[in-house]
Amino acid sequence: MTVIQKKPDNPIAHLTAEDIELLGKQLDAIRQSVIDTRGEDDARYIRTVIDVHRKLELGSRAVLLASGFPPAWVLGTIGLSVAKILENMEIGHNILHGQWDWMRDPKIHSTTWEWDMASPAEQWKHSHNQLHHTYTNVLGKDNDLGYGIMRVDEDQKWVPAYLLQPLWSFVNACFFEYGIAAYDLELGKVVATGQTKDPEFRRRAKEVLGKIGRQVRKDYVIHPLLSGPNFVPTLAANFVANVVRNLWSNSVILCGHFPEGVETFEKKSIDGETKGEWYVRQMLGSANISGSKAMHIMTGNLSHQIEHHLFPDLPSNRYAEIAPQVKALFDEYGLNYHSAPLHKQVYSAWHKIFRLSLPNGWLDNTTPKNLPSQLVKLWKMSTGSKATRRRLLKAEMAAA
Amino acid sequence: MTVTQPSPSSTRPRLSALRDRVFKLAELATTPLLPSDYLDLVDPLRSGAALRGRIEAVEHETRDAATIVIRPGRDWQPHVPGQYVRIGIDVDGVRQWRAYSITSVLGRADGCFTITVKAIPDGKVSNHLVHRTEPGTIVQLDQATGEFVLPQQTPDKALFVTAGSGITPVMGILRNLADDDLTDVVLIHSAPTADDVIFGAELRELAAAGRIRLVEQHTDTDGMLDAASIAALVPDLAERSTWACGPLPMLEALEQYWDDAGVADRLYTERFRPAIVAGDGEGGTVTFTANGTTLEADGSTPILDAAEDAGVLMPSGCRMGICFGCVLPLREGAVRDLRTGEVTTAAPGDGVLVQTCVSAAAGACAIDH
Repeated sequence: MTVIQKKPDNPIAHLTAEDIELLGKQLDAIRQSVIDTRGEDDARYIRTVIDVHRKLELGSRAVLLASGFPPAWVLGTIGLSVAKILENMEIGHNILHGQWDWMRDPKIHSTTWEWDMASPAEQWKHSHNQLHHTYTNVLGKDNDLGYGIMRVDEDQKWVPAYLLQPLWSFVNACFFEYGIAAYDLELGKVVATGQTKDPEFRRRAKEVLGKIGRQVRKDYVIHPLLSGPNFVPTLAANFVANVVRNLWSNSVILCGHFPEGVETFEKKSIDGETKGEWYVRQMLGSANISGSKAMHIMTGNLSHQIEHHLFPDLPSNRYAEIAPQVKALFDEYGLNYHSAPLHKQVYSAWHKIFRLSLPNGWLDNTTPKNLPSQLVKLWKMSTGSKATRRRLLKAEMAAA
Repeated sequence: MTVTQPSPSSTRPRLSALRDRVFKLAELATTPLLPSDYLDLVDPLRSGAALRGRIEAVEHETRDAATIVIRPGRDWQPHVPGQYVRIGIDVDGVRQWRAYSITSVLGRADGCFTITVKAIPDGKVSNHLVHRTEPGTIVQLDQATGEFVLPQQTPDKALFVTAGSGITPVMGILRNLADDDLTDVVLIHSAPTADDVIFGAELRELAAAGRIRLVEQHTDTDGMLDAASIAALVPDLAERSTWACGPLPMLEALEQYWDDAGVADRLYTERFRPAIVAGDGEGGTVTFTANGTTLEADGSTPILDAAEDAGVLMPSGCRMGICFGCVLPLREGAVRDLRTGEVTTAAPGDGVLVQTCVSAAAGACAIDH
């Protein structure tokens, strides 16, 4: 992958400025059609999901009071994992996007909602809604691309440390909520620039630590204590449920922007970007997951990532309905509507993580037959002098 | 010798303090949600919950009016007859708040109270309540409030002038009168036809029993009454305390007449919509400084409505400029009071408090919220 502007076969080269403007108007019309018909059924939908989540969570936690009994442990852990996934994805993420603000219910509103997750809603809304959704897939602007810790593009210089990227990515996936919290805090940048004493940063860090403290106390102290003799099994169940939820949400998010074939963009390409051009960037910078209705709900309808990125504030339950109209526009304008089943998108995203952890071209040039010699080359690239590495990297690229 | 009076309510605050402490503890287990979020699943009307009510029945009064029987939450405090209650109900999925007079007798055996609603043309909420509400619906409530009540010292003679649904607070008063209270009552009520008179049968019964003197004006056939003809119907008008509720032009005409007669202090009026005089000014861009929302509002839409349409959660109250529940500081810019046309301006940094329910943008303005 490389930024769209540097590609030899730029997938939007055939679109004129008028095309893009017209496309923008057609998308606006789809958006308006949903806004005009939002109503009681939609309100009932989100209230039902919230209701199901609360009952499922309560029920699972009740079952886990007997977590010393293995079947209860299994049942409670599955229930709690599903509840936590529902809460983060279909409920929290979407309410915090303001998808349900139109109901004017102060209990279900982006400005009052708090979610079961390490990052406080307020901070997440800024980094996610304002930064990621505005600068989607713009290298250097959209930190969701690799969260500032990964090599996500061939154009990023390769260094040996990236060999650890798959392992690091997996650890990040397991503890994803803490990764998000650190990332919303811009912890990496603050530490790197030595601004940890900045009072605004301190205030926000304190907020995050407070939130993490309450979350940890709930899952790893209070509920285990309530289980009495089953303290340890309940603690383990809560830990597993959090990790399952983290792995799941990480997978869904990887699928949204990271599979092979999803485009990235140059910083300067968004200077003076029109609404239509913004739409095109969202269309090409997102990927969908195809699957059943249950799967869509469990992904918080981020399986309709393309529709979500075009219209982040439309109620999530309506994405499925507009997806065919959106796809028809992709076809009309000769654009690639990127959609595949979950396992394919996850494989594709992880394949990319592996590929980019290695020098450009290395994976393509490697066959079972030449594996030993390729590994020797990789060893030399990683341990040799800078000059050696440069020479070998160049040769690898040339061979690809 | 001093006697310490036992405080009659001392157990209640102690109980609720205990409950608060238990909730605080339970919150450790429910965070980021609150214990009440879970309790609401089972008992939304419990004591300590946000005040709500459940619609138990919808009883049709006329072709376009219905009485809604509401079971209030346990923290509901008894109203004073004549008062209104603000109700928040979801219509097409959107929460809407409106004020309606309470029409029931105090202390109903079933613990419910009633409001009586007339569906007005294009009235989003009134039509929903009269024609489409299902029993079982949960609504949000505020405690009853309002000044349209009998004074402590009940006058000997009273006149009620009502039109259309304006009868509702008066019915709330009449139904709660003791037999020896307010024995001389005149009620002048206007409605298009005899069938359109809300509580028609009950009012005629009261008249037949000699409890009130009822004058029905059927405006489709007899035309409207003006203030002078009302005065002609009630020769001892100056001796009576008068309560009036109905359309704005009627109330204004009465106020003028009573004022001219020098008895303005004997007239009490109830209105459910602000009297808008200034609806043609220029609008502007409204910015909410805290939540970052910016919207374009025209010169005739209250800032409260415009903001709610844009998805902003706004404080609100009576929506007619009375209760000051919607007041927010105007940081900068200008707003126009829709009742008077008066423009209020704020220099950057000022925090002039404005009522958003009766103020429209008069150019660009920034509001702290």
